[in-house]
Amino acid sequence: MQQVRELAIEKALFLCALISVLTTLGIVLVLIFETLSFFEEVPVLDFLTGTTWAPTYRPQHFGVLPLINGTLMIAVGAAVIAIPLGMASAIYLSEYAGARVRQTVKPVLEVLAGIPTVVYGYFAISFITPLIREFVPDANIFNAASASVVVGIMILPMISSLSDDAMRSVPRSLREGAYALGSTKLEVSTKIVVPAALSGIIASFILAISRAVGETMAVTLAAGATPKLTLNFFESIQTMTAYIVQVSMGDTPYGSIEYRTIFAIGMVLFIMTLLMNIASMWIKERYREVYT
Amino acid sequence: MRRIKGVVFEYLCLVATSAALLLLALLLWDAWDKGAGWLTFRFLDSFPSRFPEQAGIKSALWGSIWLMLLTALISIPLGVGAAIYLEEYAGRTWLTRIIEINISNLAGVPSIVYGILGLALFVRWMMLGRSLLAGALTMALLILPIIIISSQEAIRAVPNSIREASYALGATKWQTVKFHVLPAALPGILTGNILALSRAVGEAAPLIMIGALTFIAFTPASPFDPFTALPIQIFNWASRPKAEFQYLAAAGILVLLALLLTMNAAAIIIRNKYQKYIKW
Repeated sequence: MQQVRELAIEKALFLCALISVLTTLGIVLVLIFETLSFFEEVPVLDFLTGTTWAPTYRPQHFGVLPLINGTLMIAVGAAVIAIPLGMASAIYLSEYAGARVRQTVKPVLEVLAGIPTVVYGYFAISFITPLIREFVPDANIFNAASASVVVGIMILPMISSLSDDAMRSVPRSLREGAYALGSTKLEVSTKIVVPAALSGIIASFILAISRAVGETMAVTLAAGATPKLTLNFFESIQTMTAYIVQVSMGDTPYGSIEYRTIFAIGMVLFIMTLLMNIASMWIKERYREVYT
Repeated sequence: MRRIKGVVFEYLCLVATSAALLLLALLLWDAWDKGAGWLTFRFLDSFPSRFPEQAGIKSALWGSIWLMLLTALISIPLGVGAAIYLEEYAGRTWLTRIIEINISNLAGVPSIVYGILGLALFVRWMMLGRSLLAGALTMALLILPIIIISSQEAIRAVPNSIREASYALGATKWQTVKFHVLPAALPGILTGNILALSRAVGEAAPLIMIGALTFIAFTPASPFDPFTALPIQIFNWASRPKAEFQYLAAAGILVLLALLLTMNAAAIIIRNKYQKYIKW
């Protein structure tokens, strides 16, 4: 009797663990199924190479490039802000700061990481956008720059926290060897510790950029709803995520072609972030320096 | 010269670190500055309205609380169960490896993709409609990877000697887990779960996907009722151009942040309290 009970419990716990696999399967199947029926009406090539995204006007255009362009602009803009700041603060935390400063700053960075993205979106339109328009009066009220700034702030804690962890796992003996050869702290930090921790640092960059690609609420609020092939950060654009939100807020009839665009775009988004996450994990494993 | 360069570099790094802290302060100050004046009891106890002076967050606040409780009920048993299986039962097989890789990948899937899954699976296929239950199920899937990973860490921290002592006294595997491993890992598990739930409370994108962005002027009475939630109400107000609605959004943000802060504080208190008692 007890054996039956033990076995039943083990099986039940196994089912719990299986839910996560089923979730992935569910995501993949839903995306594939609906995307395929989208491609029955829109040729794959038109979707991937078209330069106009206008699913609600006649004639309809389903070229995904403007949305991908918008998403990449935000990702690049956020990276330009978050990578230098995040790296510098990671170096400071790992190499310069005393234990007490570290113990205070790290939790604060975690708070920054825990703030809901809709709050960042509000911050963008209420504070960053007016600030940008002070300096660039021509800037649209919705613009890619403002969204990039807040997404950059959002992914900053991720970069500094993960890079700090990577740098702190570099053994002390490496630093001491460099000091013994007469290096300054700056040289030890930038020429010994950063290269030694590079795999972890690059992995943190990729993970953070993947987060920026999937970011939704801040870009929906601040970057606008104008799918456009542009490189001007002061114009209104639209990202893939913002488009998905826009469609699901309207009353798009279930089963229509507009409804299916959600899934096709979701598929592109899913593949992009998945590849980045896998690359991040792979780099971390593959190029890890092993210290014994 | 090298010394000067070193000092300059140190200060640059210090400035970058303080920039992050400064931004946090700025963000909080901005919300406080604009929202504090609107944060009254009437605001907490009124339904949304197209007149800013009469608008409140009653339905959103209750929606968020409902959502949090339902999400916890669904995700905690599943997540902790999965963590127990992976740490205590699973052998090092290919299946275990796949499950673990899969969980860390799921943690990186954008929240809006969970919303798409929720829309297709719960709203349409299971025909739950735009209900609290559909929202809670979607959120549960979203935070499941975080719950599993943090619970695994807590379970892993329990030393093997505890398990072996229990086996030596003739306990079965489940008895060992139930009476020794779980109680010892409980503070860690609770902390991780509360933090995961606080993520769910702040998420808006998946809920918008399943259609929770509607005008709701009542508090939900059952899991099958339509609902709205704090981040969605904030999004709704923030996306209106009129200045008063921006202030309402700021006031809503203050309420949301207060809720999250309470949850985080609870998690930290639990962690600190039990860390004192448990010494291996």
